[in-house]
Amino acid sequence: MTALLGEAAADVGDGDRHVGAPVARPPRTRRSRRIRYTLTVLAFLLPSAIPIVLFVLGPMVAAAWISLTEWNLLSPAKWVGFENYANLLTDPETAEIFLHTVYYIVGYLPLVYLGGLAIALGLNTALRGRTLLRGVYFLPVVTSWIVVALVWRWLLNPVNGVVNTVLAFFGIEGPGWWADPAWAMPSIILASAWKDLGFVMVILLAGLQSIDPELLDAARVDGAGWWRRLFSVTLPLLSPATFFVIVISLINGFQVFDQVYAMTGGGPGGASQVVVQQIYDLTFRYGKAGEASALSWLLFIVILAVTVVQIRGQRKWVNYG
Amino acid sequence: MRTTALATAGIVAVAALALSGCSADSADESGPVTITYTNFISNDGNEENLQTIVDAFEKENPDITVEVTTLPYADYGTALQTDLAAGTVSDMFDIEYANYAQYQANGVLAELPVANPDAYRQSLLEAYQTDGTQYALPSSFSTVVLYYNSDLFDAAGLDYPTADWTWSDEQAAAEKLTDAAAGVWGDHQPVSFYEFYKVLAQNGGEFLDDSGTKVAFNSPEGIEAAQWLVGKSGTVMPTIEQGQGTPDFDTNLFKDGKLAMLHTGIWVFGAVADVPFGWDIAVEPGNTEQASAVFSNAVGVSSGSKHPEAAAKFAEFLTSSDTMVQTRLDSGWELPPISDEAALATYLEQGDPANRQAVFDSLDGIALPPVVAEGQQEMQDIMTEELVEAQAGRKTVEEALASAEERINAVIGG
Repeated sequence: MTALLGEAAADVGDGDRHVGAPVARPPRTRRSRRIRYTLTVLAFLLPSAIPIVLFVLGPMVAAAWISLTEWNLLSPAKWVGFENYANLLTDPETAEIFLHTVYYIVGYLPLVYLGGLAIALGLNTALRGRTLLRGVYFLPVVTSWIVVALVWRWLLNPVNGVVNTVLAFFGIEGPGWWADPAWAMPSIILASAWKDLGFVMVILLAGLQSIDPELLDAARVDGAGWWRRLFSVTLPLLSPATFFVIVISLINGFQVFDQVYAMTGGGPGGASQVVVQQIYDLTFRYGKAGEASALSWLLFIVILAVTVVQIRGQRKWVNYG
Repeated sequence: MRTTALATAGIVAVAALALSGCSADSADESGPVTITYTNFISNDGNEENLQTIVDAFEKENPDITVEVTTLPYADYGTALQTDLAAGTVSDMFDIEYANYAQYQANGVLAELPVANPDAYRQSLLEAYQTDGTQYALPSSFSTVVLYYNSDLFDAAGLDYPTADWTWSDEQAAAEKLTDAAAGVWGDHQPVSFYEFYKVLAQNGGEFLDDSGTKVAFNSPEGIEAAQWLVGKSGTVMPTIEQGQGTPDFDTNLFKDGKLAMLHTGIWVFGAVADVPFGWDIAVEPGNTEQASAVFSNAVGVSSGSKHPEAAAKFAEFLTSSDTMVQTRLDSGWELPPISDEAALATYLEQGDPANRQAVFDSLDGIALPPVVAEGQQEMQDIMTEELVEAQAGRKTVEEALASAEERINAVIGG
């Protein structure tokens, strides 16, 4: 965002030089005006620039440096060059934790998008009490992950949890959920989709409400049914909101941590260990801040690559009307 | 929305850069000084007891003020590491025996001269010496014993556990005491590193070989010990799915009268004091040998402290003063690390549990946690993880130990 604003500011500055000042004006005044303009822009940027530099760019640069060292947080860091990266790239565990993370995203994204879409479509109608319902669906979004994770752990308790008790009522033997390596990740996906449903719903609802009702009316007059209107009118016009949801969810998905930490701690037996949990463990449990920083940068590169591909690919399907 | 992954690791470094310059005010030593002390030993019930000791110290030393910060044990290690990395660590902080070597080797502990070394139980004092120099002072010790619900034993017509019991006695009693229909379990022993090195010693095995960089537990003794540990789950002890392994699950089960025997530390005396049934303790049964876990906490002075003399003075008061001994004995807090047996005698007459002598008897055969120079926490985590795999039946005990051996050796440099 900073970069975009910076460009915009530079553009205006250029315009000023080429079009604005008459030739007769002394250069000194012109320059001082430009300096004043730049300072004004900077003043407006400062409130967001300071925290970004201090808490995002600063730590990123620091992490890049730490990633080239061996540092246990206690003794001075020791320079090791690219050894941490080499170790990570040859360690089969690295591939494993990235695979677990991708597994999470592949399970989570369709669930949260389709669920959010269904609720947004439902709440976009003249339903009674829809304002209340919108609030209810948004409630989990603003609830602490620790609370949500503990409640879900309890709901999904393999022996006496609500979910398996209900399943047993219908004669189905419920799975071992978080206690079973095969079901630990699905448990986390389920809880995450439930919690984030409201966020996706709000974004998509805003998108739905910006769609001109006349377009839908026209389609109806032309004889298009509900599904036809959904696929040919609503979804194409909703694509900018969909794009936003997918980009944000993917970035957050790669950084999944809180729910894993609180629900399974990466277990059982490492079955739900994800990248950020590994970064946490390496730094704060095992005193390997260098390796953790290297892993952070690998994760950053992966997220960057995925996001760039998405932004390139959006031209093919995102319709800004 | 969320802290980025990079920031998670990098923020430590920025904090280090930003805060290292302003860690402590540099008051001169002659005037009044304030020292800071971060602890976990008083968390969860003993905060006022610690304050009693601090108040007594400040009364004797009007020039020194002690500022206490208390953190829960679960967060303490992370908080301490972060503070050490950022240069914001307190003048004094708690450490555990298992972590002492690592902190000492990394130079974060200042030398700690002791005015009166004879006041301490020598073995405990020596545990915090490196090459003959004292780097921390033991603040307490505690042991793990076998708690039992005597009402349940009476109802089943069984004799109470004694110091002569072995695993097979415990096993036989646990089976008779387990009553699935009534939701009553016979036994509870956590499946973890901390139990494993102990049962290994009870079975005559060794955790590490002589080099200290290779494990030695993948042996017939080790397999039998691991089997004893994980075999309880689902037979005489609840399974993980039933809640086993979650914090305080075992003590709560015992307090509810649904658990006949419980392996845990003497630090739970206070928590189970008011139960409406009879209970007592016994020395933990061994198999071929008797070995009880002894835990010891200590307090160290930061090598970066601006007031090392004042901190050392409080450290010694905190760990050997009469006020401390009296406060600990009166409240049933963990035991004072002192050599004076007469002072400890009052401990025996404090009431429940009646057999307090077992606490001292358990010191006759002790098992100390294996300590490695590098990868201590990783070693502990791997051991627990593999044992839980065996407990859940996803691996055989043999497979779990073989895997633990391979993984731990790779971490500790074997």
